[in-house]
Amino acid sequence: MWKRDEAVKPTSGPVAPTGSAVASQFGGSPSASHPEPRQHGREVVNIGKSVVIKGELSGSEDLTIEGQVEGKIELKENVLTIGPNGKIKAQVFAKALIVQGEVNGNVTATEKVEIRDGGSVDGDIVAPRVAIADGAHFRGSVDMQRKATPQAGSPPRPAGAPAPAAQTQTPATQVAQPAAR
Amino acid sequence: MITSCRGPTKVLDRFLTGLAGRPQPILLDLGPVVGTNVTFFGEEMGCKILVEDLSKDVDRHVADATLDALPAFLDTRFPQEGETIDGILCWDIFDYLDRASAERLARQLKRVLRPDGVLLASFRTAVAPAPRGASRPTYTKHVVVDRGHLQHRPYAGLRPKQPPLVNRDIQRMFEPLRITENFLLKNNLREVLFRKPSAI
Repeated sequence: MWKRDEAVKPTSGPVAPTGSAVASQFGGSPSASHPEPRQHGREVVNIGKSVVIKGELSGSEDLTIEGQVEGKIELKENVLTIGPNGKIKAQVFAKALIVQGEVNGNVTATEKVEIRDGGSVDGDIVAPRVAIADGAHFRGSVDMQRKATPQAGSPPRPAGAPAPAAQTQTPATQVAQPAAR
Repeated sequence: MITSCRGPTKVLDRFLTGLAGRPQPILLDLGPVVGTNVTFFGEEMGCKILVEDLSKDVDRHVADATLDALPAFLDTRFPQEGETIDGILCWDIFDYLDRASAERLARQLKRVLRPDGVLLASFRTAVAPAPRGASRPTYTKHVVVDRGHLQHRPYAGLRPKQPPLVNRDIQRMFEPLRITENFLLKNNLREVLFRKPSAI
């Protein structure tokens, strides 16, 4: 279990590595470049620059990572921010992901993915909304369809299968619209 | 300072029409990632977008002085299986490739393109002066404004444009794809839309 110190901002719920080897405790000073701590009554946990985590990271609070994480990150109901110093080599599942540092791995977000100026993502993104700033680096694929809610009568096309000859609706109108627009 | 400009596109609309009617078209973009294009193709067209920025590969080969290895590199550049891509946006990448590299790239694009898939490319037809304010080679980001217009945003690169390809060579290079649209714009840019026949 992690030992919290002053670098870990107040928590209202558990953020626990499950089955992980934590190479370093949360530590380091809170980053000066900490991106916009969320207000609106939400708590934000901050992982400092000197922290290296290898394994699986899951939780139910918004999280800002300035350190390094290798493995898997699951914050399905929360916002994950990779700060300018953050380096992630992991599969990421989050409600929303904001990238100012480096992410190497596939990303799935139920709400949005935002790659800001200077941010870098190498991997495939699945999210209903994706925003990529000028000056951001991205290599991979972007899938903005909502696979969790397939429409009746339009099953996903298997790779290599021919496209239907004609269809009256555009693909964008066939999928459910994102909840927050 | 390098300035951007807005210009018409004649084939983008046809390219998008070529993608329409497919449940979730898979789009391969060979240009640098542009956020608004991702939104346009992803949200409005419902595409899955694969970004493979070839200008970075070209720059790397220039920086490492390994341009002679670029054609062989392009043979293995695309991990996609054959006939899995519905549409390819080449933009102006062929203007920066030597003949051998262009042929290898075209071969790979023909391989990954699905039957009935479409490919958009532009080729310059004359040696044009560098954009105003550019003291070294520039590449161009093609930003989709709407179905009929693109914003051209030059940015610094390492390789200058190569001698233009003539029409006949373009046609041969992409055989057996068919040229379905071919427009010569006022700025001496040739916009071409290719389509892969259903049965080759």
